[in-house]
Amino acid sequence: MEHLLELKNIQTEFKTDGKRVRAVDGVSMYLDEGEIIGIVGESGSGKSVTMMSMLQLISSPGRVTGGEVYLKGEQENVLNYGSDSEEIRRIRGGKISMIFQEPMTSLNPVLTIGYQIQENIMEHLNLSKEEARKQTIEMLKMVNIPDAEQRFHYYPQQFSGGMRQRIMIAMAMSSHPTILVADEATTALDVTTQSQLLEMIRDIAKKTGTAVIIVTHNLGIVARFAERIYVMYSGGVMEMAHAEDLFSHPEHPYTRALLRAIPRLDDPKERVLIPIEGLPPNPAERPEYCPFYDRCEYRMDKCKKEIKPDLKEIRKDHFAACLLTEEEKKQKKREIDEKEVKKAPLRKAYKENCLEVSNIKKYFPIYKGIMRKKVGEVKAIEDITFFLKKGETLGIVGESGCGKTTVARCLMRVYEPESGTILFKGREITHLKDRELKKIRPKIAMIFQDPFSSLDPRQTAESIVGESLKLNGAVKTKEEYHTKVDELFRLVGLDPSLKGRVPHEFSGGQRQRIGIARALSSNPDIIICDEPISALDVSIQAQIINLLEELQAKLGISYLFIAHDLAVVKHISDRILVMYLGRIMEIAECDELYNNTLHPYTKALLSAVPVADPVVEAGRKRVPIRGEVPSLTKRPIGCPFQDRCEHAKEKCREAVPPLRDTGGGHFVACFLYE
Amino acid sequence: MKGSSESVEKFLRALFSRKIVVFCGAVVILFIITAFFAPYIAPYDPDYADFAAFLEGPSKTHLLGTDSYGRDVLSRIVYGTRVSLIIGVLAVIIACVIGTFFGMVAGYFGGIVDDIITRLTEAVRAIPQVVLAMALTAVFGSGIRNLAVILGISSMAGYIRMMRGQVLSIKESDYVMAAKLQGNSNFQIMFRHILPNSISPIIVMMTQQVGSTILSEAGLSFLGLGISAPTASWGSMVSEGRVFLLQNPVFALTPGICVAVLVICLNMFGDGIRDALDPRLRGEL
Repeated sequence: MEHLLELKNIQTEFKTDGKRVRAVDGVSMYLDEGEIIGIVGESGSGKSVTMMSMLQLISSPGRVTGGEVYLKGEQENVLNYGSDSEEIRRIRGGKISMIFQEPMTSLNPVLTIGYQIQENIMEHLNLSKEEARKQTIEMLKMVNIPDAEQRFHYYPQQFSGGMRQRIMIAMAMSSHPTILVADEATTALDVTTQSQLLEMIRDIAKKTGTAVIIVTHNLGIVARFAERIYVMYSGGVMEMAHAEDLFSHPEHPYTRALLRAIPRLDDPKERVLIPIEGLPPNPAERPEYCPFYDRCEYRMDKCKKEIKPDLKEIRKDHFAACLLTEEEKKQKKREIDEKEVKKAPLRKAYKENCLEVSNIKKYFPIYKGIMRKKVGEVKAIEDITFFLKKGETLGIVGESGCGKTTVARCLMRVYEPESGTILFKGREITHLKDRELKKIRPKIAMIFQDPFSSLDPRQTAESIVGESLKLNGAVKTKEEYHTKVDELFRLVGLDPSLKGRVPHEFSGGQRQRIGIARALSSNPDIIICDEPISALDVSIQAQIINLLEELQAKLGISYLFIAHDLAVVKHISDRILVMYLGRIMEIAECDELYNNTLHPYTKALLSAVPVADPVVEAGRKRVPIRGEVPSLTKRPIGCPFQDRCEHAKEKCREAVPPLRDTGGGHFVACFLYE
Repeated sequence: MKGSSESVEKFLRALFSRKIVVFCGAVVILFIITAFFAPYIAPYDPDYADFAAFLEGPSKTHLLGTDSYGRDVLSRIVYGTRVSLIIGVLAVIIACVIGTFFGMVAGYFGGIVDDIITRLTEAVRAIPQVVLAMALTAVFGSGIRNLAVILGISSMAGYIRMMRGQVLSIKESDYVMAAKLQGNSNFQIMFRHILPNSISPIIVMMTQQVGSTILSEAGLSFLGLGISAPTASWGSMVSEGRVFLLQNPVFALTPGICVAVLVICLNMFGDGIRDALDPRLRGEL
């Protein structure tokens, strides 16, 4: 059977610093009509570059050096067309449409969205202006843009991120493509919006018979939406199989390791993550042998002697690029299973509260005009009340703009709350002045989201980690300083001999370890972790999660773990706090929250998070959620969630439901449970 | 900066990979050597007037001829190099140190401090540099030191603005927040974390400004507002020679050519440094 699209042995190189880097090294894949396939891989695995190579979008210093692309209806290899030729432009945006990650930058801000879509239709379908306009409005309706006729004349910045991505989808679909490529199209969006959009893409694709390629790093997304999956690593395809088959019987050691390393929403509490040790190879120095060899648990001597294995069919429709035979793999698997798995470190639970927060509020003023007159306030957080026990991890989840970071900054006293109290170990710190705060500061440390911007690029690792030791007079002599710094390095699993290096000489995971060492250096009681792993690759995330858990067991620190990834939060936390538009919706113990979800928002949130298992996915109940998170200035009166909630009653529109204990420490702010 | 020797090496390699930059650098160094060893290079005392031989053309005894007072033009040019470079470098250092400090303070503290500093800077910028320099010379008098201070003050605004912009973006970064949470004081944060991270555009600006300051000095001296006679300065030499352009063109032209060559080379070298510091222009991304 002829495939709709077939890529054969694509090779793409980039030239950097005089070295040639093979970003894509012999990738072959196919796509059939109306099919939805997923390409998963970590950053640098070459998934996006493969797609760009296919459309000849690679620009200097990159170059597609080899391979063939066959598209149904095209007589010859598409790569033979010039990169600016009539033919390739007809394919780009015509037969194959692409949606990119950044909805903020992919629309032209000086043209109305209607004009942009209409122009695309006129270009590719040769319709008159009037007909194109009609089609545009139809397209906007298809992607559920309300008041499409009026919105036609709106500019991109008048829409939210999710809406803009809908417009991008409308534009991509407007030329009636046979293939739609969604390159991390929903990564920058909130979970609820993400699942809305992907479901919409799937529905549209099925209705119009368009084939879809979903490119992502998120295994959950491909498990939920893709029918067939390609797993990429270091510029090559490692494994290809149907979704159910891939997740139930992964064949390649990389896929197996990956599935053992990621936390899942439906995990039991005792689940231990098994990280993949090491780092992906630097593409400039990738070995001739299997690129996963150095991190592979299944590796054998023969893997290193032979060149990189090609994909071979293990059973029907299931391909893997591994040299090991079935027997060898079984044998190795037995050895690995027998190996003692490091138990989840035992953490001591303490009774006393480390932090007690009651009713804190933080408003930000809005100024307007040249005189900077105060015209209003953004109510960032309101009535935040919770406590944190010693040695406990409290997870804070919520979508962007819900006030997670504002809460964290109030606790660290970067902001001073308008009202309410913060008690740190029984001491009031709500309105302390800078001088008194200096004594408290070292006791509440922070780990940042971005390991690239949170370390001073001009400081050495040693002075980053040791700065607070010097500042707070924790060490007396030079020797003491050096022993302490070395100790901190070892504590976070870094070699102290690397301490003279500057941050850019470390990998992302190592940088995050430096950030953790810095947080630990002042011997804190609480560490606020603000999305500490969301900037890291999946195979590195497990290493950091495990490190955080170990440190807590060893040192008895309390964590406030802020994240939008519910699966990770559920894995690491004892209790979870759910926020929405500046208010607390629900607080409960992990399992309680998952098994006995009370608040409609929490239900929707949990349901929106995909689980990396198609079988489980198929059996899950969907809680649909309408609309998007409104901006804080447009918070509805009454319960902040009322305009999106299907259970909303008259009462919800009038009053804000108070946070009530429903028993067993399960707090919820909803009138349904009175 | 310990541990970044690799990036220094990369920077140097990028800097020296372009022939034109190396050539310009060499010319600049030649001028510096000339200025430094002026007494050994100059064949005569620059101020010695040989009234028997005024306005002579180039000859064996006077390679570039003599001026209207019979002084050796070559010697005066050699000493003029000294004046130009001292004023150029000194003015830039003054402008940079003061400007960087105020820019940093304005950007870091914001609010009223920022308002006062930026408004004052804007007021200074509103006056043309030459007019400002003229006014200041009238008040403080001329001379090498005064001229350097005057030119420094009048070009300070650029540093303040650039530094303020840099600081505004850097102070929002996570590592500054981290430094704050570690208990650093404001000035510790400014000098330990913000300054090292915002200095490279300032360095580039400095190398480019040396050229334009030399040009300003020459301009002021040409107008008779800069270095006063008898001290040799390129600008005043052009001014003096202008009258005798027909009798002895070498007298007026050579100092003019010197100004042009030095300024062009300084600018090219400054551009080279900028390109080498910027990884995007180095073709690394």
